[in-house]
Amino acid sequence: MKRYLVRRIAVIPFLMLGIITMVFIVSRLTPADPLVSIVGARNLNNPTIVAAAKARWGLDQSIPIQYLKYMKNVFQGDLGTSFTTRKPVLHDLWDRLPATLELTSFALVIGVVGGVGLGVLAARHRNTIIDHVARFFALLGSSLPAFWAGLLGLYVLYSRLEWLPGPGRLDPRADPPARITGFFTVDALLHGDMSTFWSALRHLILPACVLGWGVIGIVSRLVRASLLDEFSMEYVRVARAMGLRERTVVNNHALRNALLPTITIVGFSFAYLITGAVLTEIVFSWPGLGSYAVEASRKLDFPAVIGVSALGGLAFLLTNLITDIAYAIADPRIRLS
Amino acid sequence: MTALPPIALPVVVEPRTRRGRGRRPAWRRGPALVGLVVLALWVLVALTLPLWTPFGPLDPVDKRLLSPNAHHWLGTDALGRDVFTRVLWGARTSLPVAAIVILAAVIIGTIIGAVSGFFGGWIDAVLMRFVDITMAFPPILLAMAITASLGPSIRNAVIAMILVWWPIYARLLRAQVIAVRQRDFVDSAVAIGASRWLILRRYVLPMSYTPVLVNATMDFGQVVLLVASLSFIGLGARPPSPEWGAMITEGATNFYQWWIAAGPGLAILLVVLAFNFVGDGLRDTFDVRDDS
Repeated sequence: MKRYLVRRIAVIPFLMLGIITMVFIVSRLTPADPLVSIVGARNLNNPTIVAAAKARWGLDQSIPIQYLKYMKNVFQGDLGTSFTTRKPVLHDLWDRLPATLELTSFALVIGVVGGVGLGVLAARHRNTIIDHVARFFALLGSSLPAFWAGLLGLYVLYSRLEWLPGPGRLDPRADPPARITGFFTVDALLHGDMSTFWSALRHLILPACVLGWGVIGIVSRLVRASLLDEFSMEYVRVARAMGLRERTVVNNHALRNALLPTITIVGFSFAYLITGAVLTEIVFSWPGLGSYAVEASRKLDFPAVIGVSALGGLAFLLTNLITDIAYAIADPRIRLS
Repeated sequence: MTALPPIALPVVVEPRTRRGRGRRPAWRRGPALVGLVVLALWVLVALTLPLWTPFGPLDPVDKRLLSPNAHHWLGTDALGRDVFTRVLWGARTSLPVAAIVILAAVIIGTIIGAVSGFFGGWIDAVLMRFVDITMAFPPILLAMAITASLGPSIRNAVIAMILVWWPIYARLLRAQVIAVRQRDFVDSAVAIGASRWLILRRYVLPMSYTPVLVNATMDFGQVVLLVASLSFIGLGARPPSPEWGAMITEGATNFYQWWIAAGPGLAILLVVLAFNFVGDGLRDTFDVRDDS
């Protein structure tokens, strides 16, 4: 286990280098010109401005030199400066990380709680109408384009019924709470500011549900399948033969074992969550990493694109590592090797 | 599921025989059958478009922003084009695009996975490190970076998605090839002096590609979603082309005319849901556990 962990962790820096190199190469293959977003289309014909901008952003050197310089900075903890925000990329990422984390963690909680509940319901009523409805609901969640679901939700619940607030993390006039964790809900609570807390929470409901629905789809199918596997085990039959109530059999016996494989799905859901977050953030004007990535891609802001890809990759690798470890701890029969 | 095992676990896929003997396999009954029928209808409509609508997808045919009525079932958009017509035309983009992406990814993945798994050694090491890196970040981020860099267009989105997608199949096939390579019939083929390429083609590949095909079918819906997503954020099909994701972007700018986005959204939902129904049936039939 120890050796396995060391090996897994040791690979991560190399993979990160690989990711950064790959995105760097991709970004320099471009026929499109990032200078448009730096100096604006109007100044492109002005050779002085173009030359100055190229020198300023190091674009006048050959690509291998640019790469070496970039990597040297990366090793010193500098991911470069964004073409568009003109701030260090690391600063931008740090600024926007909490918004995405808050959204995805709420979505993950909704997805796991809802998914386990729905999965149990489906398994207990296997092959009945309840099971079929649950399957439909789950597949609907994984088939729904998140951006469209968000738009639809906004149209119905915000613009028509006015039950929920519009896009953004807070009402337009409200000031965000001073940053402690960066989670508006948590920070507002820590400051004892209940009105901001409610506002932040209400703004979270719709995007988190849109994002969480997909997770419900993934989790509920897995819980159902693994619960059905447990139902065919002898210990469940014994528990039933002993006359235990079905609820006790499921909740206290079968479900505990069935939930183990669900741990791994959390790592898998993460890739889904990132994809979903990119799209959901666009629709809800959510100032997180997803909308940052989209703006950066649209404007060919390569330092930002590389930075956000590296962070996404790192998060992905760490999540997978953590879920593997959690799985091994929860089920001692698993031997990591 | 595990992010990066140095060597992926071999997954051998066998059809389930214990349950449902004598019945049609799960992917040919119930919801999966409904999915197949829906898909067949979409293909039919895409092939015979002029029969279903009198309008063209790019021509303004009436007043702007009309709500749904008897002439325009899904209303008209900001340029007075018929939304229903454009939604039907969208199938001519999304379905072929998804097919091209999956087909190309399967071919590239099969070749690289087979070479990697069968020959091993340094070729395997190099190819698999490349696969590891590609799969180490969420597909949409890489696809966005590639599309942005090549310039936003549907062709470049297709290239980006192929580049993002093939490693999945390469890894899957490689694991399968490694498992099959150790079976006795391969040894006997070696014993009678068959060449390595012949063994790979005649003995190993036919025993290995099922999980790739099953997974490829299940991935179809995801690819349709990704195309639409890239177009939605402005990195895929560009207006005025009738692509579902791009149409939803137009719908978002005309937020209060709900019908502009409703049609293309429903179309994506129908197609992806149908693919997922079929995929769910395939999962029941083949019990595919590994979908890394």
